[in-house]
Amino acid sequence: MQNTIKSLANGLKNKEFSSVELTTDYLNFINKSDLNAFITITDELAISQAKAADQNIANNSFNILTGMPYAHKDIFCTKGVKTSAGSKMLDNFISPYNATVSDKLDNSGAVMLGKTNLDEFAMGSSNENSYYGAVKNPWNLNKTPGGSSGGSAAAVAGELSVFATGTDTGGSIRQPSSLCGITGIKPTYGLVSRYGMIAYASSFDQAGVMTKTAEDSAILLNLIAGFDEKDSTSVNRNNEDYLKTINDSIQGLTIGLPKEFFSDGLDDKVANKIMLAVKEFESMGLKVKDISLPHSNYAIPSYYIIASCECSSNLLRLDGVRYGHRCQDPKDLQDLYLRSRSEGFGDEVKRRIMVGTYALSAGYYDAYYLKAQKARRLISDDFQKAFQSVDVIMGPVSPTTAFDLASIHDSASMYLSDIYTLSVNLAGLPAMSVPAGFSQNLPVGLQLIGNHWSEAKLLNIAHKFQEQTNFHNQTPAKI
Amino acid sequence: MKWETIIGLEIHAQLNTKAKIFSSAATKFGEKPNSQACEVDIGFPGVLPVLNKQAVIKALKFGLAIEAKINKFNIFDRKNYFYPDLPKGYQISQLNFPIVSAGKIKIKVDDTTKIIGITRAHLEEDAGKLVHDMFNDYTAVDLNRAGTPLLEIVSEPDIRNAKEAVEYAKKIHSLVQYINICDGNMAEGSFRCDANVSIRIKGTNKFGTRTEIKNINSFKFLEKAIDFEVERQKCILEDGKKVVQETRLYDQVKNQTNSMRLKEEANDYRYFPDPDLLPVEISDSLLEQAKADLPELPEQKKIRFIKEIGLSEYDAEILTSQKSLADYFEALITNHKENPKLCVNWIIGELLYYLNKEQIEINQSPISAQDLSILIARIVDQTISGKIAKDVFKEMWLNKGSADEIIAIKGLKQITNENEINNIVDEIIANNPSQFDQLKSGNEKIIGFFVGQVMKATKGKANPKKVNQILREKLDLSKQ
Repeated sequence: MQNTIKSLANGLKNKEFSSVELTTDYLNFINKSDLNAFITITDELAISQAKAADQNIANNSFNILTGMPYAHKDIFCTKGVKTSAGSKMLDNFISPYNATVSDKLDNSGAVMLGKTNLDEFAMGSSNENSYYGAVKNPWNLNKTPGGSSGGSAAAVAGELSVFATGTDTGGSIRQPSSLCGITGIKPTYGLVSRYGMIAYASSFDQAGVMTKTAEDSAILLNLIAGFDEKDSTSVNRNNEDYLKTINDSIQGLTIGLPKEFFSDGLDDKVANKIMLAVKEFESMGLKVKDISLPHSNYAIPSYYIIASCECSSNLLRLDGVRYGHRCQDPKDLQDLYLRSRSEGFGDEVKRRIMVGTYALSAGYYDAYYLKAQKARRLISDDFQKAFQSVDVIMGPVSPTTAFDLASIHDSASMYLSDIYTLSVNLAGLPAMSVPAGFSQNLPVGLQLIGNHWSEAKLLNIAHKFQEQTNFHNQTPAKI
Repeated sequence: MKWETIIGLEIHAQLNTKAKIFSSAATKFGEKPNSQACEVDIGFPGVLPVLNKQAVIKALKFGLAIEAKINKFNIFDRKNYFYPDLPKGYQISQLNFPIVSAGKIKIKVDDTTKIIGITRAHLEEDAGKLVHDMFNDYTAVDLNRAGTPLLEIVSEPDIRNAKEAVEYAKKIHSLVQYINICDGNMAEGSFRCDANVSIRIKGTNKFGTRTEIKNINSFKFLEKAIDFEVERQKCILEDGKKVVQETRLYDQVKNQTNSMRLKEEANDYRYFPDPDLLPVEISDSLLEQAKADLPELPEQKKIRFIKEIGLSEYDAEILTSQKSLADYFEALITNHKENPKLCVNWIIGELLYYLNKEQIEINQSPISAQDLSILIARIVDQTISGKIAKDVFKEMWLNKGSADEIIAIKGLKQITNENEINNIVDEIIANNPSQFDQLKSGNEKIIGFFVGQVMKATKGKANPKKVNQILREKLDLSKQ
């Protein structure tokens, strides 16, 4: 059995070990690790939080997360702690405020071990776009952990943390979860506050969690979900208890298998594992239906146009004037802007800024941005139509298992690794990656996609699957 | 050649909400630099805007007041450009779906009434300020103003000369204060005005090339800047050259406009809907709230002053031209319902004269409506004459005390005691026998001489009515 929130919380409650002991263990693992999963290790803060947690446990004032060590994706603002977004641009940025998610974690008594590595401003699928260097996949150090939440995925899979936060704009929670063999959930757009999450593409960005089990994800979603008056796009609806229905029977549910998700680009071995997982569900009493999401082809171009447009605007504030990287001795304002941004941003970020700036320019707006928005609507409509006859859509998360570091050199090929995840963000739907087997000792993730606000159902399905399977309990050999 | 001028105005009115349009920081003017800029205003990574409902209500009030179309579905867009006073690198504004469109307002120039169309009014955020004189070699950024709500009010090109432009601007200026959405303080930049000016040969339909004049901070300069610009364009066109479409800055010292940037140099703002803000849907209840919050409008007030109080149109027009003036009048008249005209005359004749002379606003007047009310009461109850009251007013203006105090200290109380006046009249008749004879023989004009002598003897304090009455009695007696 792995170290899950649930198992460790029992240990803390029964005083088998203290939070300080647990935290110290994890800090030691992190220090010995060469996964490059962390940008910042907040050891002093972690120990002081652990001490406070132990005090609260001693005083019988605690919850399931009190004293629980976790890793926080370095795109969530953390007051008084460097928040870099994986960029040279923010290498010197100590956030003066907390993201809402950071606040909630602080208030829960969880212990932050550090801030995890990621593709710069969450733009990437391999974690190689980080100013702080690539993260390594704990299952094979020559492989990518995926991205952009690669540090978080590697930290959880590599036993450097009990759980981690992530953000998913086009697959950034699901794809690394899949490639690292852990459980990750990207909630419905609007379920978790985006306040204090450094924006990449505002209409897609959504915070979620990366854990060992679906049950742990449910525990965390109970904490971080909910309306936030600081985020106009967070939705004001009644909070749910995601643990309450996690053991419900899933018999009789219908699984939709979109033919577009099993197309030519999908690795046979991955396809095989996905179909085995679907068979497992069938044996558990679920029905399977072939469906079609006919506009899936438009997902990649639509996503990259809209996301680039939004990021080209979101990143304008990084101008070297108030915070972040500023070039040496600017000779005038123009020079300050030009050099600070040229020096501060990496290639992929610059590429997307340029694409977005172009697509929003006078004369091109209708042809690109507006057209992509129309395609987005069609993609969303495809899902709505599908959910009229199925309860959950299943398929692969990623067309392949973890690929070699430094093996993909052109952006267009890299974008293809998100082919099955992007449409979910275009439609604002919740989705998960659940460990579904191994191919050549590398994990394969099964994607579960639900209709809006169906997180409870997804977690329920994933949990039932994990009761029947053992993939999520596998750990990479300590290297 | 006979030229016709075409003018459209863009007015930026800062909405007087307590908090900013997208954050909870305060909007107070003149505070310590950056003391009113929270993480949202500074544009830190990760922050998000949340629309201030009060700003929406104020914009709705404006829409209702100009009988405009209220767009129940409106969208906030990002206007992208770099400038150090713009923390996010974009301004949140409204491009294609403004909250208010197609309104109108009535102006009056030289007794001619004209309707000026208002194309649109949209919500947006103000930028911060650059401070150039605080540090050597550095420009400082003060973000206190960043995020202050603005209502940008765009007129149709219905304005034909500088006078109309000023009247229109004054009318909007008065209206926004009436409905309490803007403090109208031009010196602090709460109310700013840009003018789009072009000229064409009279009788033609096609608009000429326009220029946009910025940096106008008073009505006086608005008029001067337009007049200058019209002349400049005439010279160019009459020389056979072409007007260049550009933004020009008005220099109030030199009274001229200077080129700031050409249209070709203008930014491509790459507007797109702000994904951080949902489209604003104006609910019926919000609109009702705005309606309920809408006070009596100037035009309605004017009609009421004419119909219910019985003022002339001229007086009503003046008194309702500014809300503060109308408020002053209404406060004054509460105690003088029987004498509205007297109140009007004191406001228009004396108060406005003094205010204009010292170039101050009515709410800075040293004589409050309550103060003036007491003075008028002393005229009505015949404690002093209207003439003496003007002297008392002058003393009050100089803060020498209340009407009653000044009357008491200076001994200005009117002599109404008949015996006292009788004795004085007797004395004057005795001292001027020949004049009295003339009076007796029918020279009615000479009665003025006697009244004057009595007033002189009493230093103006004798009640002139009583003096006249007593003189008549004496004359009648002497004729018998």
